[in-house]
Amino acid sequence: MNPDRANPRSGGRLMDMVPHLILMLGVLIFAFPIYVTVIGSTWDAATIGRGNLPLTPGGEMLNNYASAWSESQGNRVMHTPVRIMMWNSLVMALVIALGKIAISIISAYAVAFFRFPLRMVFFWMIFITLMLPVEVRIIPTYEVVANLGLIDSYAGLTIPLIASATATLLFRQFFLTIPDELAEAAKIDGAGAVRFFLDVVLPLSRTNIAALFVILFIYGWNQYLWPLLITNSAEMETVVIGITKMIGNGEAATDWNLIMATTVLAMLPPVAVVVLMQRWFVKGLVDSEK
Amino acid sequence: MQRRVIFDNKALPYLLLAPQVAVTLIFFIWPAAQALWQSVHLQDAFGLRSQFVGLENFEAVLSDPNYLETVKTTIIFSVSVTVLSLGSALGLAVLADSKIRAASAYKTLLIWPYALAPAVAAVLWMFIFNPDIGILGRALNNLGYAWDYRLNDGQALTMVILAASWKQVSYNFIFFLAGLQAIPRSVLEAASIDGAGAVRRFWTITFPLLSPTTFFLLVVDVVYAFFETFGTIHALTHGGPGKATETLIFRVYQDGVVNHDLGGSSAQSVILMVIVIALTAIQFRFVERKVHYS
Repeated sequence: MNPDRANPRSGGRLMDMVPHLILMLGVLIFAFPIYVTVIGSTWDAATIGRGNLPLTPGGEMLNNYASAWSESQGNRVMHTPVRIMMWNSLVMALVIALGKIAISIISAYAVAFFRFPLRMVFFWMIFITLMLPVEVRIIPTYEVVANLGLIDSYAGLTIPLIASATATLLFRQFFLTIPDELAEAAKIDGAGAVRFFLDVVLPLSRTNIAALFVILFIYGWNQYLWPLLITNSAEMETVVIGITKMIGNGEAATDWNLIMATTVLAMLPPVAVVVLMQRWFVKGLVDSEK
Repeated sequence: MQRRVIFDNKALPYLLLAPQVAVTLIFFIWPAAQALWQSVHLQDAFGLRSQFVGLENFEAVLSDPNYLETVKTTIIFSVSVTVLSLGSALGLAVLADSKIRAASAYKTLLIWPYALAPAVAAVLWMFIFNPDIGILGRALNNLGYAWDYRLNDGQALTMVILAASWKQVSYNFIFFLAGLQAIPRSVLEAASIDGAGAVRRFWTITFPLLSPTTFFLLVVDVVYAFFETFGTIHALTHGGPGKATETLIFRVYQDGVVNHDLGGSSAQSVILMVIVIALTAIQFRFVERKVHYS
């Protein structure tokens, strides 16, 4: 009936290994494509194109990364240097993450700590944006951005994605747990609303800010449909879009070595953020979805 | 919920709200209203004049056999992605949770794919399953199985389903593991003393207690499959071969951006909005209930 209790000495050991084996298989399924990509980025395009990619590193690593990073011409296709695309992705991810946090935290502060006419109207207006992901309003949003002359600009890439009901709701929820006595004490000490925000609320929100930052950075870095629409010039391309443009229609004879090197570089920042800030990230993810 | 202590500045709250409200009005409310307006109008070829046509755009969209085919593809795609990614994440989370000492190591090894963009996940799968250069794609062909997802409809759909599910497992895994670790050990131990085996403990205790998490993830995964997988499909198959992997969101893009059919694309956007609103409403009903009982 109960395998891990019924036979603790002999069969138990063996049964104990099964979960580990399945988990390791899971880990392998997730790691294998990355491993192949990293290996591929150390070989030359011809070896990969022939379909005989070995499973051990080759000698072209430095050449491939240097070429992908700073040149715009591979052997077979043109591409935007990864240096430029990574910079665009970084600007986009940082502006979206920090911008969202900044405008959400102040609007949540307004809704939580003030009474004023139309307060609930504003709150619901923000709330409704939950139901309007960029994907369902792409064409009209694109037209607005085009009319404002923001195509091919950082502003066009980031500002339309910067309003976030999720972050505002999370901060509001957190602000409601700040005890009244704290605000009372601050008022008695003669601190105004701005002072209270800067000296008390902001420091208390540090954990929430860190957690949100991880999630929003990844959200910004991984955007696809929006940059695809908004950027036309090679100078403004983000790295995720750049990879698929380099692949084109996936002919066997293309610069696979450079594409794979670019893919590895494109994965590094978000994966590093998740692994290094794992504690904040898991907490933020589970909290922000409540 | 109301606070007792509030600040009484008159203008400050409006100033604080101004940035978010401005962005919301300009980039959310206005475009959404535009989509609604365009969905009941027909524009002439030059976009100069438009005429009110009532629900004609919707009728045209919903009676188009191609659109209905897209709906079918979207349903097959979304159900497969949801079931696959939920099922495998639950399995892995239960196993990781049972090995408490190693759980955190497995957690680190399994959650990082969350950081990958859906399009990057698709590209990684392409490197493996491309029939010309992919190690497994070539192996399939060498074994005599004619594998080319660029030509075969069913294989293309399988490929985007697998790549999209692969990326979503880590997200589900994080939530299942958090849900599992919140289940009191004492309950499971009591059941174990009463002679309930591992399988029975799972179905009678663990699974019911996880149901709020499962339900929440169900909605999130459906939303993911509907909208966020645009990158997966665009990078891997471009909706093809033919229209074999075209989902609803891909078609909005195709009709609106590539074919410049504003009325039709807007009607489709409005249909998608209704779907999102329904999903959000379901989610909030569930959240309310969870709060109520806990």
